Amino acid sequence: MNAPVVLDRRRVLQGGGALIVSFSLGRAFAQEGAPAGAASKGPGSLATTPYLDSWLRIDSDSRITAFTGKAELGQGFKTAFQQIAAEELDVPFEAINVVTADTQLTANEGYTAGSHSMQDSGTAILNAAAQVRELLIAEAAARLGLSVEGLSTENGAVVAPDGRRLTYGELVATDMLHVQAQPQSKLKDPAIFKVMAHAVPRVDIPAKVTGGEAYVQDMRLPDMVHARVVRPPSYGAQLVECDSSAVEKLPGVLKVVRDGNFLAVVADKEFRAIKAMNTLAAATKWQERANLPKQDDLLNVLTSLPSQDSTILDRSDSSVSGQTTLVATYTRPYQSHGSIGPSCAVAHFADGAMTIWTHTQGVYPDRQAIAEMLRMPPASVRLIHVEGSGCYGHNGADDAAADAALIARALPDRPVRVQWMREQEHAWEPFGPAMVTKLKASLDAMGRIADWNFAVWSNTHSMRPGGAGTLLAAQHMAHSVAVPPAKPLPLPEGGGDRNAIPLYTFANAHVVHHFIPEMPLRISAMRALGAYHNVFSIESFMDELAQLAGADPVEFRLRHLEDRRGRDVIERAAQEFGWKRDRKPPAGRGYGFAFARYKNLAAYCAIASEVEVNRETGRARLVRAVAAVDSGQVVNPDGLTNQIEGAIVQSMSWTLYESVSFDDTRITSIDWQTYPILRFDAVPDRIDVHIINRPGQPFLGSGETGQGPAAASIANAIAHATGKRLRDLPLTRKRIKEAIDA
Amino acid sequence: MARSPRIIASIVAVILIVGAAVVFATVWRPAIAAIEPPSPASFDPAVVKRGRELAALGNCNSCHTRQDGQDFAGGLPVPTPFGVVFSSNITPDPETGIGGWSEAAFARAMSTGVGREGQHLYPTFPYDHFTNVTDADNRALYAFLMTRSPVHAAAPPNDLIFPLDQRPIIAGWKLLFLRRDTFQPDPAKSAEWNRGAYLVDGLAHCGACHTPRNALGAERVSAQFAGGETDNWRAYALNDRAHAPVPWNAESLYAYLRNGWHPDHGTARGPMAEVVSNLSTVPESDVQAIAVYMADVSGAAKPERDRSAVLAQAEPAPAQADPTGSAIYAAACAACHESGRPLPYGGVNLALSTAVTSPDPRNLANIILAGVPAVAGERSPIMPGFADGMTDAQVTSLVNYLRARFSKEQPWTGVEKTIADARRTQTALFQTSPEPRNAPADPSQRDQP
Amino acid sequence: MMTLKVNGHDTQIDADPDTPLLYVLRDDLKLNAAKFGCGLGQCGSCTVIVDGKAVLSCVTPLVLLEGKQVTTLEGLGTVSAPAPIQRAFMEEQAAQCGYCIAGMMMRAQALLLRNPKPTDAEIRAELQSNLCRCGTHMRILRAVHRAARLMDTADASANERSGR
Ligand code: FES
Ligand code: FES
Repeated sequence: MNAPVVLDRRRVLQGGGALIVSFSLGRAFAQEGAPAGAASKGPGSLATTPYLDSWLRIDSDSRITAFTGKAELGQGFKTAFQQIAAEELDVPFEAINVVTADTQLTANEGYTAGSHSMQDSGTAILNAAAQVRELLIAEAAARLGLSVEGLSTENGAVVAPDGRRLTYGELVATDMLHVQAQPQSKLKDPAIFKVMAHAVPRVDIPAKVTGGEAYVQDMRLPDMVHARVVRPPSYGAQLVECDSSAVEKLPGVLKVVRDGNFLAVVADKEFRAIKAMNTLAAATKWQERANLPKQDDLLNVLTSLPSQDSTILDRSDSSVSGQTTLVATYTRPYQSHGSIGPSCAVAHFADGAMTIWTHTQGVYPDRQAIAEMLRMPPASVRLIHVEGSGCYGHNGADDAAADAALIARALPDRPVRVQWMREQEHAWEPFGPAMVTKLKASLDAMGRIADWNFAVWSNTHSMRPGGAGTLLAAQHMAHSVAVPPAKPLPLPEGGGDRNAIPLYTFANAHVVHHFIPEMPLRISAMRALGAYHNVFSIESFMDELAQLAGADPVEFRLRHLEDRRGRDVIERAAQEFGWKRDRKPPAGRGYGFAFARYKNLAAYCAIASEVEVNRETGRARLVRAVAAVDSGQVVNPDGLTNQIEGAIVQSMSWTLYESVSFDDTRITSIDWQTYPILRFDAVPDRIDVHIINRPGQPFLGSGETGQGPAAASIANAIAHATGKRLRDLPLTRKRIKEAIDA
Repeated sequence: MARSPRIIASIVAVILIVGAAVVFATVWRPAIAAIEPPSPASFDPAVVKRGRELAALGNCNSCHTRQDGQDFAGGLPVPTPFGVVFSSNITPDPETGIGGWSEAAFARAMSTGVGREGQHLYPTFPYDHFTNVTDADNRALYAFLMTRSPVHAAAPPNDLIFPLDQRPIIAGWKLLFLRRDTFQPDPAKSAEWNRGAYLVDGLAHCGACHTPRNALGAERVSAQFAGGETDNWRAYALNDRAHAPVPWNAESLYAYLRNGWHPDHGTARGPMAEVVSNLSTVPESDVQAIAVYMADVSGAAKPERDRSAVLAQAEPAPAQADPTGSAIYAAACAACHESGRPLPYGGVNLALSTAVTSPDPRNLANIILAGVPAVAGERSPIMPGFADGMTDAQVTSLVNYLRARFSKEQPWTGVEKTIADARRTQTALFQTSPEPRNAPADPSQRDQP
Repeated sequence: MMTLKVNGHDTQIDADPDTPLLYVLRDDLKLNAAKFGCGLGQCGSCTVIVDGKAVLSCVTPLVLLEGKQVTTLEGLGTVSAPAPIQRAFMEEQAAQCGYCIAGMMMRAQALLLRNPKPTDAEIRAELQSNLCRCGTHMRILRAVHRAARLMDTADASANERSGR
């Protein structure tokens, strides 16, 4: 098969004399075409990357490596994948090594996004491991002259009834795993799981709590130099003057890189690079343009921009009609990812090849974009994922990688490390888009929702790389690449309309997506995309309607929900919270409830909250939250709990505090003074997460499922505590106080 | 803030003399019968709303709410030269608060400093200003307070030196210092000026901090607004002896009081941060009136200096200055204070800072040590504190350097002691970030307040 | 050239005197734990211990450190011999991305040195200056409580290493 690729990989892995089975790279596979793959679609990412050895490698010394094209972003799935592979291969957890996204080593799994990692990669590894195990048993049967039925696996070996053992290393032969996956695998019975469904400690934590090298920010390659970018002061600003002579004379400064509006400086030490950046910034003049919309009037800004409208749900039943009608408009501002560690990358340009270590969520798409920007063949550009600070969508990671590449090309043979400054991260990261939803519903005489109308206005929720035009550096270069036109993300997952279609059953329902192509601000994917605001809107409105119907909010939801698993999480959360109809909270407090199934496809999540509102100041604090989650077969319960806890806490911060601020020209929320987020005084007293495990069921991604329900349950609890309904995010102290005082 | 024993002795002597007079004065006023707490619904919402604004103007929450305590539930220790007085619970709790107070009892407390049961109240409750509050305003304040959530919380007993722990003594104090006359408008001035005067001398009680006090703790009428102190912070002079490098005017005062900062003066912090956060919630016209009146009081007598002149006079690095201080400034302060980023999120150019031109380095020391903690959940300026990062000697070097470089004033004396005091008194601030009851108005613009 | 005491060792540092400690630790001493988060003293991810107290290394220039003892997370313990605070964070699985965690641990450590049995309110107040974006707060609080219990039983030498 593809000899050069194998050689290439040998060199990279420095496999030496070890017997290395052939390994099909996503790239090699693409070159092969996939006629057979189309015939037998494997589960998860096996559908696009069908060769088993793209996922698993067994060396002759029985060392096992699992490969994933997904990036570890702090969700802990590297550990989960290791659990999955160990379980299905019948080896101890420690026997597996997981290699994550690397354009030279792993499958092309696109982006690590949309809570897809478990569904795509986890499922692929699960099935690949099960099938590899079958292959190993078959091989052993052939060698031992026994039938497969009597053979079993145990601790990395196939064992015969007579006690003979053949280790996996002994069994594996060249190309043995280079076969396409079957559509079906013989999966283990969850009842006998030893590693999966257990709370295995995460593999990345020891280094993180002892100062080990854990992040791309921590990389130090021999001869590495430090660069800083001088960003324009605002979108579209043109560099009109730049006198770099003073900077070039500063101690340690190696180079000033200028390419159009792209300006950077390289120095031997990091702090010298920062000082040089400041000096350089002071020596530049920019021409700015004032074309940002009004920050405090997003409702009108968004609803008056041209939009492409599509009806995404249209159900009618003329036999049912409503009697009392309620309307409401909800808004969400632009919000920041705000990673604690600003974006960073290391790039090394040598022998005509560019290697970039990056915390991008998509090594392959980002490679394509960077190669296009550099006008290099993609094969000469390698992106290796290294963890960064937590990222909750498309933040500055890809841009930092492009910055590093552009600078490294100007300084061949020296690895260049670029880290953004705090204000660059805040001003230039692509924000979570502002949104507007308008709802209208009527109740019938029985207090059921007869008629439901939902309209959402939003930009796209993904401007992720693929083409170079999405990269800041490419936009700022002299030969600048135009920003590609924004496209809506298609349903069923959707973007701005993600979760716009309710999971509830209404006799008449009408949902319209107003997609706004023009983007006043730089925006892209942020955790949960449109689902955050859509679920906030739907679940707030459900409470408003429940009140109108005189119904208990939990009972009202169940009244409209047929989905069994959805009902289960609602009932579980209500029960664990101690939810009771008309239960009186302590003075100044309120209870709130919300539910959603993320994307209507992934994990189910219901959250009950108790919120305390200070009537004098308007300050709201989440006191406790109880969540119930169903994400199918659980791999690592503690990891799942950690994700849900984090989602609730982060969503609470978004919901109570956060909005990007700007004037007519510049982003003005550029640090933690101007973009405040949660601090410890507001942390809940407790959060309880209850997992409904579904043994043997498909993995359902859960990283984003908590975002929307947390927001709505907090809003509902505030309404309960104050008697006032707030519909504009964030639900700031000031807004709450004004509502109370009104 | 402890005074020397000598002063205390003389205070005690005076008090004993006064005490003799007091024996003949009425030392206990009649109690006013307790009432059933009125129902919140019995108050006109418009009056309650007015009361809310007045309570903000009066900064009531600042004293009557403890850190981490319930609003208006009192218990805040107020240090005085004579010991600690704990603020009272002014929620409508019938047992520990003012739930049993009739409006008449409330009005009497405001205007004469007598509690419902007839006991004299310590003048830490600034009734020497509240005598000026009109009946209508008292009614609104009463309505506001009686519609708060009742909190059952008894304030700890005061901890005062003898004989000041004897309440009848207060009667003597009142005899000497409590004005019986109430505010009279000056017909020669504008309505706005008069409104400002009414608020400043009355409910807002600005002089309580900004006027120096005599040995008996009363404001020195002859030195009104000559600068005072509170909570180990200097409350700057607001009269014609003000030290602000760029003189205040009505416009800058308004912006500062309303938004908590002004480009020519910096950002409000310490106890003033709470005042401005309250003022961000009251009608603009009231803040405007205060600014107009105060600008007049501070007098335009001195030569006008403008911002650029002040900035120009700051020396790059005076030769006589301590090289350590200069290095600390360059490395630890300049990154923000010379960033050119506009206030309130950039550091003020220290040539504009009254903390540097002030007669003593107390506020400068406080701010260097404690920094400006984030206001939780709000856009707000943040400055890291250096209490744990700098030794006293390092802070001293820095303080001396800043004085030499950014002001034309004489070097300070006793800097070490001030720093040690600041370390002692501001400890609470190092450990927690105080949460002003209301954050200042939200400044999202880049350049203008 | 100046001498800096880091994690018990004297090191000669050849850096500009206005260099914040953060860059000396990361660049000159190749230590990973202290992180750049803002460089402005707003987030706490650069927190280290200087003479027993939590200090933001991004706003602490070298000039302030003459004769002082600097302790970083690396100086507390290792994966195989973790300090109580490290064990506690591992046992509670108190990290998501973990970027903020080193700073959290150093500030918590400084609190525990000063106050071995802090209340929950004291821990929250102490950590108020440190930001976490992943929402790991519940676990961080639990881990600090656990560390307090572990330190109760830890030997004195661990405390010495930790810069007491
Ligand atoms: S990096 Fe030092 S406080 Fe943020
Ligand atoms: S764990 Fe990611 S920032 Fe705290």
